Amino acid sequence: MSELIHDPAWMHGALTAARPQAVSALLRYFRDMDTAEEAYQEACLRALDSWPRNGPPRDPTAWLIFVGRNAALDRVRKHNRDTELPPDNMISDLDDVETPMAERLDGSHYRDDVLRLLFICCHPELPVTQQIALALRIVSGLSVAQIARAFLISDAAMEQRITRAKARIAKADVPFDPPGPAERAERLAAVAAMIYLLFNEGYSAGNEPERAPLCDEAIRLGRLLLRLFQTEPEIMGLIALMLLQQSRLPARFDSAGEAILLENQNRSLWDAKLIGEGLALIDKAMRHNRPGPYQVQAAIAATHARAATASQTDWAGIDALYAALERMQPSPVITLNRAVVTAKLRGPEAALAMIAPLEAALSGYFHYFGARGALLLQLGRSAEARADFDRAIALAGTPAQAAHIRQHLDRLMQDAR
Amino acid sequence: MLYTLLCYNKEDVVWSWSKEEDDAVMDRLNVVHERLVKEGKLGPALRLLPTTAATTLRAPNMVIDGPFAETKEQLLGFYVIDVPDLDGALAVARELSAANPTSVYEIRPVALYAPEARPNAPKERVKSY
Repeated sequence: MSELIHDPAWMHGALTAARPQAVSALLRYFRDMDTAEEAYQEACLRALDSWPRNGPPRDPTAWLIFVGRNAALDRVRKHNRDTELPPDNMISDLDDVETPMAERLDGSHYRDDVLRLLFICCHPELPVTQQIALALRIVSGLSVAQIARAFLISDAAMEQRITRAKARIAKADVPFDPPGPAERAERLAAVAAMIYLLFNEGYSAGNEPERAPLCDEAIRLGRLLLRLFQTEPEIMGLIALMLLQQSRLPARFDSAGEAILLENQNRSLWDAKLIGEGLALIDKAMRHNRPGPYQVQAAIAATHARAATASQTDWAGIDALYAALERMQPSPVITLNRAVVTAKLRGPEAALAMIAPLEAALSGYFHYFGARGALLLQLGRSAEARADFDRAIALAGTPAQAAHIRQHLDRLMQDAR
Repeated sequence: MLYTLLCYNKEDVVWSWSKEEDDAVMDRLNVVHERLVKEGKLGPALRLLPTTAATTLRAPNMVIDGPFAETKEQLLGFYVIDVPDLDGALAVARELSAANPTSVYEIRPVALYAPEARPNAPKERVKSY
């Protein structure tokens, strides 16, 4: 340990891991985001100085909370010599300031602290992009520059986005009382949704290494949430889903950066360690008999992960899972996904019939025309397929999506010759 | 004499290592592993999935999500079993629990399994004391 402590990577890892719990506990004391963040920064600076000399504390998180709290209180006291005293309600929990650092911080406090911090970030008044940026800044502790790079915008624009989000939250009513069971469930659901959006922000971006940290951070936040709420099957399902999707990353793109369809991926490149953890978690979640959308989506991903080759995929099992998902969350997008599975089981004709009623709802949706084009192509209806592919390209959100459709079109052109 | 070495660390730190960081640690460990194999000292070795993947059986009908978290009991032994899924693992743990009712069993999936590598490994049960 004494050698490790001189290793900057170890220090960085320890401070990063402690951050969500430390910042969220400091937020409970000070009820002000800026004060909590400054207190945590100060504690980190002192840790960088003290830990290499004195050895790391037994409980780094408790150490950071205690030192951060004292540092911030010191500053408030110094400041107060020449200014008026703050109202008492500005600083809560003053009583236990003197309790020894070794106090075992109560696990249930930690839980609601971290949940509150995450929940603040997904305040409904914030647009999704601000929610995610705020969580990355405040909870994960990524720098503004790192987040800006992941969102492919300038540092200044990201700085402004985060400042705006913080200003909105400062005005909003943040609930500091411990939540009741119903509120806790509501917060968990909102936080889970935000974490999955964060994951998708990275996952859907395609083969852009700048955005990879988004997926890693989402998984890290998910694991944190599950450590705090160990009996929630939907949280297990969410993490399983992210791990199983992430496991395919090494196989998702060819050397030119073009997306490779699931069925054509080299499965030996899939990350077995992530798959193992994902399967263990979905297994554990299903025992609860409390199915939810994350668990069902994870079960679909698990069915793919269990198939040694694409042709061994249990399509009937996946079809049943999509049917369950459709019942839980009726949506044309889910029906579209199910139709792709139906095509495998009962042919493209049946799938086309299924998605025909969706055209109005999905008239602006890239995947609708991509999928329908592919089905028409299978039936040899080339002219109609081409029309759909053209519409899909016009609707493509990323260069990778457009490139993928262009492959279909190129093949059509070759066949026409 | 046979010994087990139980490895403890902060899992939130270890499981947020990047692939490069993880590989670097594994490379350093593998240097030691390989030498121990040559010296005939290394039995089976395992890396476990994090405690978030754990389930605990407190009594034949009492299954709890998460790791064994009490400090009243101490680790007295462990099994490695090969079963299709968590239900299979729970079935084995229930049998053990019925045979030894005061024991608690934490069921933790294995992330990496390095089999016995001693050339003269015993083929039958040995008492090491």
